[in-house]
Amino acid sequence: MWDLFAEGRPGRIMDIYLPIAEVSLDVFVLLGLGAVVGFLSGVFGVGGGFLLTPLLIFIGVPPAVAVASSANQLVGASVSGVLAHWRRGNVDFKMGFVLLGGGLAGSLLGVWLFSLLKRIGQIELTISILYVLLLGTLGALMMVESARALWRVRRPGGARRRLHQHYWVHGLPLKTRFRHSKLYISALLPVGLGFAVGVLSAILGIGGGFIMVPAMIYMLGMPTAVVPGTSLLQIIFVAANVTVLQAYSNRTVDAMLALLLLVGGVVGAQIGSRFGTRLRGEQLRFLLALMVLAVAAKLAYDLTIRPADLYSIAPDKE
Amino acid sequence: MRLFRRPLASVVLAAALGWAASATAEPLVADLTSHLVAITTGFTGASVVLFGATDGPGDVVVVVRGPEREMTVRRKSKILGIWANTRSVTFANVPSFYELAASRPIEEVLAPDTAALYRIGFGNLKIQPLSPARPDLVPTFTAALIRTQQRNALFATALGKVSFLGDRLFRATIAFPANVPTGTYLIEVFLIRNREVVSGQTTPLVVSKVGVDAAVFDFASRQSVIYGLVAVLTAVVAGWLASVPFRGI
Repeated sequence: MWDLFAEGRPGRIMDIYLPIAEVSLDVFVLLGLGAVVGFLSGVFGVGGGFLLTPLLIFIGVPPAVAVASSANQLVGASVSGVLAHWRRGNVDFKMGFVLLGGGLAGSLLGVWLFSLLKRIGQIELTISILYVLLLGTLGALMMVESARALWRVRRPGGARRRLHQHYWVHGLPLKTRFRHSKLYISALLPVGLGFAVGVLSAILGIGGGFIMVPAMIYMLGMPTAVVPGTSLLQIIFVAANVTVLQAYSNRTVDAMLALLLLVGGVVGAQIGSRFGTRLRGEQLRFLLALMVLAVAAKLAYDLTIRPADLYSIAPDKE
Repeated sequence: MRLFRRPLASVVLAAALGWAASATAEPLVADLTSHLVAITTGFTGASVVLFGATDGPGDVVVVVRGPEREMTVRRKSKILGIWANTRSVTFANVPSFYELAASRPIEEVLAPDTAALYRIGFGNLKIQPLSPARPDLVPTFTAALIRTQQRNALFATALGKVSFLGDRLFRATIAFPANVPTGTYLIEVFLIRNREVVSGQTTPLVVSKVGVDAAVFDFASRQSVIYGLVAVLTAVVAGWLASVPFRGI
């Protein structure tokens, strides 16, 4: 399924040989891909890794290299994002580093799992299934929520949410005060969240922003303004850790590919964030939900149709 | 690569060599226009010309063999509605590249047992499973391996042409795709008369990454941790640089 566009790409303009991926791809396709994903991440305020990795695989980059190089690209994209949020004072450093503690441990486990799955030949399937589950669930939730919000706007005076709610999670030990987020919660909560996202980050090459951001708002109850900056702060370190670990244990980081994507991505993100300010929040979320569901549907469809050739080969070490 | 731009000159040179060789009763001489295929940043494939001379009429068969690798073939089956890899067979000595060229169809030129002896043709590759595998699986998995390699343009799909200029000088063009594996290749040239191999010659060819790509690849495989750190640092600097022009907006 992954070699959808791998053969016979017509209309190439300028090919570049990627030294780790060991394929030649068009420079402008890569820059364009970076720009499109950057644009979307600028509009919607998520990292865009969840779109970048599948798209790279679609154009013929081996899945393992796509995952690892996306993580590398994410480091740069997140640095750029954090700096922008930091200038506005919207980063909770304490929360960021607590999340990070869990994230580093999670990515360690994730890279180990990745190596294991690669060895037994199940990595592509795992990546696809995880994407379908994550994107499908998240897209559906977001669609319902944004559709409700759109409906509510037309009918003013709907139900208001309570200011502060108490769940079982508030009974956990190690209570810590996060001044910037105006929270007094158990540190185990952000550590656990960081860990889960760290594992996914390593296996899927994503920063996990699209899981982290809703979890920080709804699970931790953080103020919306500090969420993107804080999420990006910990993504920098988790993605950096994933990059080094992937480079060490799987040798799948293509720095050339990451850099090309980054160049396109930065330009795209700036254009995207301008465009994003003109749309209403719930309209944005509805559009994002549509896009996420479309990617999930495509991946799910690919899993269930009979492949053109049932056999595939993987060269082992020389 | 510079030599390759003057194939005609090379052929003339080969003719001269052939002449000299025949004087000392060497039945077959052959060489390549270049012994290096350099993979650079703009690499989209390359071709190398093989040329040579024989001491009289006969057929020439050329086998191009890439470095041998271990390869795992996996078969998908449907489990709970999803196509997943289930069975696998690992083969020990698979040539990473295999092309065949001849002056006439192989069956007309060679006896089957001779072809088997010299490992000419897909039926005679003698690919062995690394660990004992179920014997009923091996033939279908071997066929799948060859089919996949052919689809990736790494195994020949059709017999290449060895063309004769007169009955003594011959040449053949060997094309390498963009995804050519790196390593040392062996190019075997056989001279055949009366369905028997009368002479043979083996010439090495190196396919290698050069320049920036080679440096990056070497760095990534030899000092993987430092490579990872450099990759991270590059991304951090790029991300910081990117945010500079937009400061204060």
